[in-house]
Amino acid sequence: MKISLKKPVLAIGPLHPLQEEMEFFQLTVDGEIVTDIDVRIGYNHRGIEKISETLQFDQVPYLISRICGICSASHPLAFVQAVEELAGITPPDRARYVRTIINELERIHSHVLWVGLAGHFIGYDTVFMWAWKYREPILDILEKITGNRNNYGNVKVGGCREDIDDSIIGEMLKELDKIEKKMNMLTKAVLDDPILQARLKGVGILTKQDAIRYAVTGPTARGSGVDIDVRRDDPYAAYGELDWKVITQPEGDVFAKAVVRLLELFESIKIVRQALKKLPGGPIAVEVKQIPAGEATGHTEAPRGETFHYVRSDGGNRPVRHKVRAPSYVNVPSFKASCIGTNISDVTITLAAVDPCYSCTERLAVIGGSKVTYDGKELLRLSRGKTEQLKKQLGFKEGFKFE
Amino acid sequence: MSFWKKFGLKKSPWVFHVNTGACNNCDIEIVDCLTPRFDVERFGVKLVGSPRHADALLVTGGVTAQALPRLQEVYRQAAKPCVVFAIGACACDSGIFMPGYHMAGPVDKVIKEIDPNAIIAYVPGCPPKPEAMISGIVTALKAL
Repeated sequence: MKISLKKPVLAIGPLHPLQEEMEFFQLTVDGEIVTDIDVRIGYNHRGIEKISETLQFDQVPYLISRICGICSASHPLAFVQAVEELAGITPPDRARYVRTIINELERIHSHVLWVGLAGHFIGYDTVFMWAWKYREPILDILEKITGNRNNYGNVKVGGCREDIDDSIIGEMLKELDKIEKKMNMLTKAVLDDPILQARLKGVGILTKQDAIRYAVTGPTARGSGVDIDVRRDDPYAAYGELDWKVITQPEGDVFAKAVVRLLELFESIKIVRQALKKLPGGPIAVEVKQIPAGEATGHTEAPRGETFHYVRSDGGNRPVRHKVRAPSYVNVPSFKASCIGTNISDVTITLAAVDPCYSCTERLAVIGGSKVTYDGKELLRLSRGKTEQLKKQLGFKEGFKFE
Repeated sequence: MSFWKKFGLKKSPWVFHVNTGACNNCDIEIVDCLTPRFDVERFGVKLVGSPRHADALLVTGGVTAQALPRLQEVYRQAAKPCVVFAIGACACDSGIFMPGYHMAGPVDKVIKEIDPNAIIAYVPGCPPKPEAMISGIVTALKAL
């Protein structure tokens, strides 16, 4: 996309106090109105897919959980589901429930985190402080189950690494009741607040048509009235056996997205509570002997939307290709539809409304900005040149031909 | 370092947060330090919006090739004397991303390229808990 140099361009980034991560927005403005937006990313690209191909199937989940610190349960789960499909393994029932519990606790902490940050972005730090205060008990539960506040590393091919001790289930249920009360208070405080309503309603509208056109996922899509959720549409883990519902809002503005996230908190608490009560006995992992050659895909509903992993194996102990598509990859381009035509002061919260995660998104980097285009002839020339070079290295004589 | 410089650095350090390719994990734990449970603002530690106001840089993430010039520029802009905190396993030694083709090296290497006498403190962990970060900052400032 080209930006005209004649119009004033407002730059946000790369290191901007507003957002935690490095990203660069160029807003073309006409007075106070944004007429065009360009997003430049690549600061967080770490080459994870390539590193993943050098690791064994057992080691990859540790790497994948570090794609994004907030979705550190959904990414490994998607990968593990792909590998399990490839190997034809069904994880034990208990493992499926443990996975569900950890994924839903992650969703609760991620949504509360977003509510706090959204408050911070519009200069309402009271919401920020309260939301983050109520997020702490959830992290405590996660620490109790997995041993870490973030980056749980609990999923492995064939099951789970750590079990939930039956003795702490009662304690966790009690804690969940407390959390639900606090969430109830937070939700009412946020949704009934006249200041927040005035600030967020009708801001950064993403219409249903645009949402479908940009193929957005997760709360961003559900806030625009698109009724999609991987947990319901293609049940994985234990979601098919539990009772819950998908939240949608038709408006498509920032307030609708906040409503979706806040109401999803209660659905998630419902899921965790049911899963804890239903938790079946038995082993938490099956032994995996070998991953056969072939390819498979796995997808999960991360807090931000659908996470998709593709794995190809050649029968060895490492994936030969691993492709990741994170939810923000499709959610970030929707800025083009939601930001243009809005006021500059509304842009910050509109950018934050999709809960963008750039460390998830960055799968490709171009360094130095040089553009190289190869056509058929050029590729043929390069290929011939390399063959000649190899022939020389290996000491083939002139005119040698492979029989 | 002179007495007054040390005094200025030690009392209520203002910090600037630089993400150079982290996975958000250390970042949310840094923000967590500011929120009610840990609340480091009561000790005068404040997150500021510009490196020119900062006494300390909190660097998270192994430095990617694209973030390298930005980190060096931020360090140049920071008021000296300034302490650089490498927070998390990635910032300390690139961590799990060490073999990546896009990694420019750990934070200490990148900072020492432009200032060999830079003061660098390390807080390892993936991610370090907020208690570890607070303890790391206190220990480093005491050791000055």
